[in-house]
Amino acid sequence: MALDRIEKLIDKYFEGETSIAEENELKTYFSSLDVAQHLQQYKPVFGYFSQAKAEEFKAEIPLNTKKRNVAVWLSIAASFVIMLGVGTFMYLNTIEEIPSTATAYGTYDDPEKALAETEKALALVSEHLNTGIESVSYINEYQNSKNKIFKK
Amino acid sequence: MNQNEFIKTVSPFKDKLFRLAKRLLVSTEEAEDATQEVLVKLWTRNETLSELKSVEAMAMTMTKNYCLDQLKSKRAGNMTIVHNNYTDSQASLQQKIEDVDSLNWVEKIINDLPEQQKLIIQMRDIEQYEFEDIAKILDMSEATIRVALSRARKTIREVMTKTHNYGIG
Repeated sequence: MALDRIEKLIDKYFEGETSIAEENELKTYFSSLDVAQHLQQYKPVFGYFSQAKAEEFKAEIPLNTKKRNVAVWLSIAASFVIMLGVGTFMYLNTIEEIPSTATAYGTYDDPEKALAETEKALALVSEHLNTGIESVSYINEYQNSKNKIFKK
Repeated sequence: MNQNEFIKTVSPFKDKLFRLAKRLLVSTEEAEDATQEVLVKLWTRNETLSELKSVEAMAMTMTKNYCLDQLKSKRAGNMTIVHNNYTDSQASLQQKIEDVDSLNWVEKIINDLPEQQKLIIQMRDIEQYEFEDIAKILDMSEATIRVALSRARKTIREVMTKTHNYGIG
C-alpha cells in the first residue's frame, strides 16, 4: 500500500472526513507488521479500536416478565382459594344454624295460634306437675305415723 | 413479538450496547447492569417495537440516556469526586512511566474525553456506524458530529504523540 496514500488518509481521518471503507483501510494497514517508523505512534490507536470491538456482553438477558406474570397469577389463584374456603365455611355454618334456631324456639306468625299453642303447652306442663305431686303425697303417711309414735 | 423473536432481534447489537455502556460507565458490572436494564425496558414495550425503523438505533439512544443519567446521579451523590480525580490522575501518571501496554493507554485517553466525544469515538471508530446513524442516535447534526469526532481523534493523537516521544527521548 502506497505510503503517501496512507498519510493522506490519516490527515483525512483526523479531520473526521474518512468513510468507513477508508477507515478500514487504515485499520488493516496498522494491523500489518510493516508500519512506517514515523507512523508507529498510531498503531496502538487502531489496534485498540479492533480489540475493543471484540468485547462481548456475557450476562444473560433477564426477561423475567413472564416469571413475574406467573407469580401474579399464582397469588390471585391462592387468594381465590382462601376466599372460597372461608366462604364455604361461613355458608355451611349459617345453613346449620338456621333450622336449629327455628326448631328450638319455634315461632308463629299468627298471634292467636301462638296463644293457643302456649296454653296447650302450659296445660301439658301443669298436668304433669300435678300427677307428680299425687304420686308423692304418700310421703305424708310417714309424717303421720311418726307423729303417732313420738307424741309430744 | 415473543421472547424468542425478541432475543433474535436484540442479539446482533447487544454487544454494542454493552460496549457503549462500558465506555461511559467504565466498570464492567455497571455496564452489564445498564445493558440488562435497557434490554428489559425494550422488552416491556415490545408491542411497539415492530413499528420502529431501527430497534438498534432506539436501543443505542436508550443506553446512552440511561448511562448519562447514571453518571449524573452518581456525581450528584458523590462530593469527594474532585479528590478522587486528583489521586487517580497521580496514579495514572506513575503508570504512564511503567505502562508498556499502549492499548491500555488508548483506552485511558478515550476515557478521559468528554462524554459526547467518548460516545462518538465509540460509535464511529469502534462500532463503525455511519454518520447518518450516529446523528440519529445522538439527535445531533452530522456536521457537529464530524467536528466532535475530529476533536476527539486529535486529542488522542496529541497524547499518543507525547507518550510516544516520551518513550523515545
